Amino acid sequence: MDIFILLIFVLMLSIFLGFELISKVPSTLHTPLMSGANAISGITIVGALLSAGVHYGDNEETVILGALAVFFATLNVVGGYLVTNRMLAMFKKKEKDNK
Amino acid sequence: MNAAFLIQFSYIFSGFCFILGLKMLGSPATARKGNIISAVGMVLATIATLFNNDIDQYKWIFAAVLLGTIVGGAAALMVEMTSMPEMVALLNGFGGVASLLVGWAEYTQKIQITNSIKTFDAVVIILAVLIGGLTLTGSLIAWAKLKDLSLGSFKISPALTFKGQKTFNILLLFTITFVALWFTKDPDLKNVFYFIIGLSALLGIMTVIPIGGADMPVVISLLNSYSGLAACAAGFIINNTILIVAGSMVGASGIILTSIMCKAMNRSLNNVLFSGFGSTSVGGKNKDVDGEANPISAQDCYYLLESANSVAVVPGYGLAVAQAQHAVRELGECLEANGTEVSYAIHPVAGRMPGHMNVLLAEADVPYDQLIEMDDINPVIESIDVVLVIGANDVVNPDAREDEDSPIYGMPIINVDHAKTVIVLKRSMSVGFAGIQNPLFFKENTRMLFGDAKGSANDLIAEFKG
Repeated sequence: MDIFILLIFVLMLSIFLGFELISKVPSTLHTPLMSGANAISGITIVGALLSAGVHYGDNEETVILGALAVFFATLNVVGGYLVTNRMLAMFKKKEKDNK
Repeated sequence: MNAAFLIQFSYIFSGFCFILGLKMLGSPATARKGNIISAVGMVLATIATLFNNDIDQYKWIFAAVLLGTIVGGAAALMVEMTSMPEMVALLNGFGGVASLLVGWAEYTQKIQITNSIKTFDAVVIILAVLIGGLTLTGSLIAWAKLKDLSLGSFKISPALTFKGQKTFNILLLFTITFVALWFTKDPDLKNVFYFIIGLSALLGIMTVIPIGGADMPVVISLLNSYSGLAACAAGFIINNTILIVAGSMVGASGIILTSIMCKAMNRSLNNVLFSGFGSTSVGGKNKDVDGEANPISAQDCYYLLESANSVAVVPGYGLAVAQAQHAVRELGECLEANGTEVSYAIHPVAGRMPGHMNVLLAEADVPYDQLIEMDDINPVIESIDVVLVIGANDVVNPDAREDEDSPIYGMPIINVDHAKTVIVLKRSMSVGFAGIQNPLFFKENTRMLFGDAKGSANDLIAEFKG
């Protein structure tokens, strides 16, 4: 039971941390922030990998469901980070001199 | 033991990367680096997990990772910037379904190994499945609304309401609570588990269909939060701290964005989710507006712009629909070459997701220091010679300030009617997404330049160049 208490403690701290980190973001960055955060939520891939990697003969259902989860989580992670990077690459300050 | 320790240590470092990355995403100068740092954390966590002793074979893993990378990478590189809201909605949904599947997979495995599932495990499995399923179907509906899909002649994007909807939803929530409790008492019942998956999918659909297209910024932020919470619940299933840390941070950030969006519309989250705002019933009580709209030709518009010292552009969703961002930027450059001071005033909920207009203008190479937030432009708007309203409607509707009976009364707006002259680029006199008539169009200092936003902007550019 102790581990659950510890995990809930971690949960509480992370929620506060999340609120603190995000609360003062300029609205220019709202979209990249959202897609970047969304990519982070793809961390569920860790759980997916563990399921997809169990011994196939033991439980094929778990492996197949896990592999599907890995696929969607990877899609989320790769798509999320790339698209965020693409957007952020476009945000430029004004360069007065060259042109 | 040693490997296990190293894996845990890698997770700690991943968590550090996520926290630092999110922090750096908060400032335009460091955002790109922050995103890369966060990606490094993700790669590290993934690789570390592959060394886990419980992993017996890699065939399925590699196939799935490869396929996911190809599809995700191709989608991310090919998507148009104007379709970004749809893309973000879909990615949210994929995150949600991944967590649902993790919950499902863990359930099948736990049932296989031990015949009895502990109550705590049953509770967290249900949470992951419920939140994940709801995120998936909610996101898919949001995606369909953003795409403006229709089933035959039936449009999905407006707020869809039906009689007894509230009662139905309350019954649905009761059923879900009841079935979930039943499952935690008797987790071996597989059929109950499948039933819960179905119910969660139904809940996601029912939550999003009564919300109109113009309220999508709130919905997308909220779904973003859910996708994090689903990952967090999955973390409790496998007792993994990095899932809990990363998931709950995303959950928290999504909630903050949601509340920023609600504040920008002066409405409670409750009102956005349940009022069916923007459905036809709201638009029914249009009052008659006195006066006539003053149409203007592109040439006359050019004379106004040409003699102006300062011009502010107020973009809205219509800019995205017309794909006019590049033409608008070019027009801005013509004005600047003419010695006019150009700025872009952005309402927080302009467009279909938080920051939508900023992304489009950035794509068109408008420097971000030329973009001004609503609270900064309003105090100085009286000194601006010409305001160009391009594809925005409800966010510049003076009724929000003046007419207590208006459905959008109290919503903070950009007070463009206080500027010396307002030019509205619009296709026709049709009402905005909230279905409300806009008295701005009939004011004395307002001119209407009818036509497609991109075409009108190009006409103006031609006037400047010709």
